Amino acid sequence: MAKVTIDGVEIEVPDGTTILNAARQIGGASVPPAMCYYSSLKGSGGKCRVCLVKVAQGSAKDPRPMPKLVASCSTNVMDGMVVQNLTSPEVLEARKGVVEFLLINHPLDCPVCDQAGECDLQNLAYEHGAAKTRYEEDRRTFEKIDIGDKIKLHMTRCILCYRCTMVADQLTEKRVHGVMNRGDASEISTYISKAVDNDFSGNMIDVCPVGALTDKTFRFKSRVWFTKPLDAHRNCTKCSGKVVLWMKDDEVLRVSARKDQYGEVKEFICNECRYDHKTLADWTVEGPRHIDRSSVIAQNHYEKIDLSTLKKEIDRQIEFQKGKPVPAPKTLAQ
Amino acid sequence: MGRQLLLEHIAEPGIETFAVYRKKGGYASVEKALKTMTPDQVTEEVKISGLRGRGGAGFPAGMKWSFLDRKSEKPRYLVCNADESEPGTFKDRYLMEKIPHLLIEGMITGSYALGAKTSYIYIRGEYMYIVGILEKAIDEAYANGFLGKNILGTDYSLDLYVHPGAGAYICGEETALLESLEGKRGNPRLKPPFPAVSGLYASPTVVNNVETIAAVVPIINNGGAEYAKIGIGKSTGTKLISASGHIKKPGVYEIELGVPVEEFIYSDQYCGGMLTNRPLKAVVAGGSSVPILPADLILKTAKGEKRLMTYESLSDGGFVSGSMLGSGGFIVMDDTTCIVRNLWSFARFYHHESCGQCSPCREGTGWMEKVLHRIEHGHGHMGDIDLLVDVAKKIEGNTICPLGDAAAWPVASAIRHFREEFEYHVKYPEKIKNPKHFAIEPFLSEKKLELVN
Ligand SMILES: Cc1cc2nc3c(=O)[nH]c(=O)nc-3n(C[C@H](O)[C@H](O)[C@H](O)COP(=O)(O)O)c2cc1C
Ligand code: SF4
Ligand code: SF4
Ligand code: FES
Repeated sequence: MAKVTIDGVEIEVPDGTTILNAARQIGGASVPPAMCYYSSLKGSGGKCRVCLVKVAQGSAKDPRPMPKLVASCSTNVMDGMVVQNLTSPEVLEARKGVVEFLLINHPLDCPVCDQAGECDLQNLAYEHGAAKTRYEEDRRTFEKIDIGDKIKLHMTRCILCYRCTMVADQLTEKRVHGVMNRGDASEISTYISKAVDNDFSGNMIDVCPVGALTDKTFRFKSRVWFTKPLDAHRNCTKCSGKVVLWMKDDEVLRVSARKDQYGEVKEFICNECRYDHKTLADWTVEGPRHIDRSSVIAQNHYEKIDLSTLKKEIDRQIEFQKGKPVPAPKTLAQ
Repeated sequence: MGRQLLLEHIAEPGIETFAVYRKKGGYASVEKALKTMTPDQVTEEVKISGLRGRGGAGFPAGMKWSFLDRKSEKPRYLVCNADESEPGTFKDRYLMEKIPHLLIEGMITGSYALGAKTSYIYIRGEYMYIVGILEKAIDEAYANGFLGKNILGTDYSLDLYVHPGAGAYICGEETALLESLEGKRGNPRLKPPFPAVSGLYASPTVVNNVETIAAVVPIINNGGAEYAKIGIGKSTGTKLISASGHIKKPGVYEIELGVPVEEFIYSDQYCGGMLTNRPLKAVVAGGSSVPILPADLILKTAKGEKRLMTYESLSDGGFVSGSMLGSGGFIVMDDTTCIVRNLWSFARFYHHESCGQCSPCREGTGWMEKVLHRIEHGHGHMGDIDLLVDVAKKIEGNTICPLGDAAAWPVASAIRHFREEFEYHVKYPEKIKNPKHFAIEPFLSEKKLELVN
């Protein structure tokens, strides 16, 4: 076991736990954001760099601080380690930089993007980004392509987190999906337009933190915040059959896996459940799903906001613009 | 000229053949090591020699060797990094092309020290013709009993392979190299674990530069202590410098570490002075990744001491007024050089070569290139200069591998030392229309410009 202190809170975790997972055990505002790490995908993490934290004390044995910020998702804790996340201005500054980098080539087409409202990049930019861009150059563009007959890839929106390629690698039988090219010309691709058709390929939609991979059976049907999520299940021979149904009146617009508060799917679902059972009669409904994350849908259809909270939030954003360390955000809806 | 440990016989006709190389005393280190020394003794000699990695980072080679996990049940590997792609660096090419057996000999002696039974030379794809040269040398070594089963009748056996990359700078980063060698996409790995514990095929591995491995030969032949006598302080031995730019005699020079920079540029033994006797403007001393220094700071440190060609002296002053020896790619620029254009060219390289795995480097390198392109072509504005500094700062230290740093340092240093020149580009877009603007009219600082006008 190892004792770590993260933003002043101490916790004891098993050896081999990452800083991020230790922080998640503490919970609350001090949990670093994560855009590429995904607990259930082996080898994920380390790439997006939004989870950078400062290690102010390496361990009890070797108290020296680590010279650089480290990726909390892929750095293991040591006994006596002291970590700073929100309490380090350096971390906030670096994170602001990373968010800016993630956004410069992003099309910012949220108004027409199906992910809007449940997008990790939106949430991240809202919490850690700047309100204005300093980028005046052309953005990279790609053609939209079909990955099989059920998934649409908008490569322009992709943040190259590599999660979907890991789904292809680890959940599906044959790998037909990877990253081609280099640098900011990198693109997610099925190998020479080979269709992705195996039972679990649809999960790449759920692991995608942005709107790069979307469900073609749902595209443009509705903004997510106008849909009503219901927990439901069915007997399925391929997967657990535990899903979320996204309803508009009595119509099932979309079926997805269940995500936890960090946006991660714990039980992947099969393509049959995802695409082929769009009638309520196919499902046993468990009840409404509470979305436990800070996205628009978490506000559960725009709950009332009192003006003083809003004022505080605006002040917070102004302070952030000036580059000052910001106190933790408060959720708008009370 | 100082002592020549690596290039001594380079001018010998036929030195690329086994027969001539052997006649000149080649493969003596293999005989000495295998017949009279234990592997640990070989490692110890390398430690004593103080040899530092010649690939760029300058990490002590003996120490790296001693970190190799010898308790592991898995096979161990020695991998030679011949991916040499840093702009301004071409020493490994010269060595492998002219005297390939020196590298093969170093590989055998080094592999023996590390207990490797299979070793690899990973060479950049553009050096395809050298693959042929090395393979011929390897065949000769096999034929003469220096490779294969029971080398020289001892119970040590070694197989050596040359593996060409596909032409990516990033595959010179040691963990990307190992990925590529395994047949995967050349993305750098997260460290730890370090290659010494989990490298090639998740086995203990040492990755060393061509020149580092070649230097093992004279170290074993003459003893580590003898090698350590050359040089100054922690910069021991000789170093190959790839000299290029506005100098009379560009080429590869083997110097004893400690030669003054001034002597290296102006002496007839080395660069032979400035090409057209114009004033020296700036030097990039260790390959494109290291900070650029203006003439005054490259010849003397900020404290006014003579700057020497050593790891310590070149980095004196940190990144404020110093640089690094790096890979020894020594690029000299006279006053016709446009620093902005030079920096844009470097930035274009890093943008092109980023593997794209982590966001700061993938996005930041492209951003910096585009802004520099604008400034150089007369479309910049004053805010761009500080923007570049800020973008570089946000990349530096926040990436998976040091390519991000390598892209950020040149930008930060060029603006630190030549800010006026960037401002000039912004203020006088007319004057920089011609791409050779400073060849026509060298840059004068703002104050001087006022006097002229
Ligand atoms: C982007 C990048 C490119 C590199 N390219 C090379 C190279 O071409 N040749 C080389 O020897 N080392 C290169 N290195 C350094 C290697 O990662 C590694 O440090 C070196 O091979 C170790 O050998 P040494 O200790 O003998 O110097 C590169 C590093 C980075 C980050
Ligand atoms: S498509 Fe989505 S999941 Fe795949 S790499 Fe891009 S952002 Fe990540
Ligand atoms: S720093 Fe650049 S080259 Fe290195 S891993 Fe990140 S994206 Fe790839
Ligand atoms: S979540 Fe840690 S680097 Fe992406």
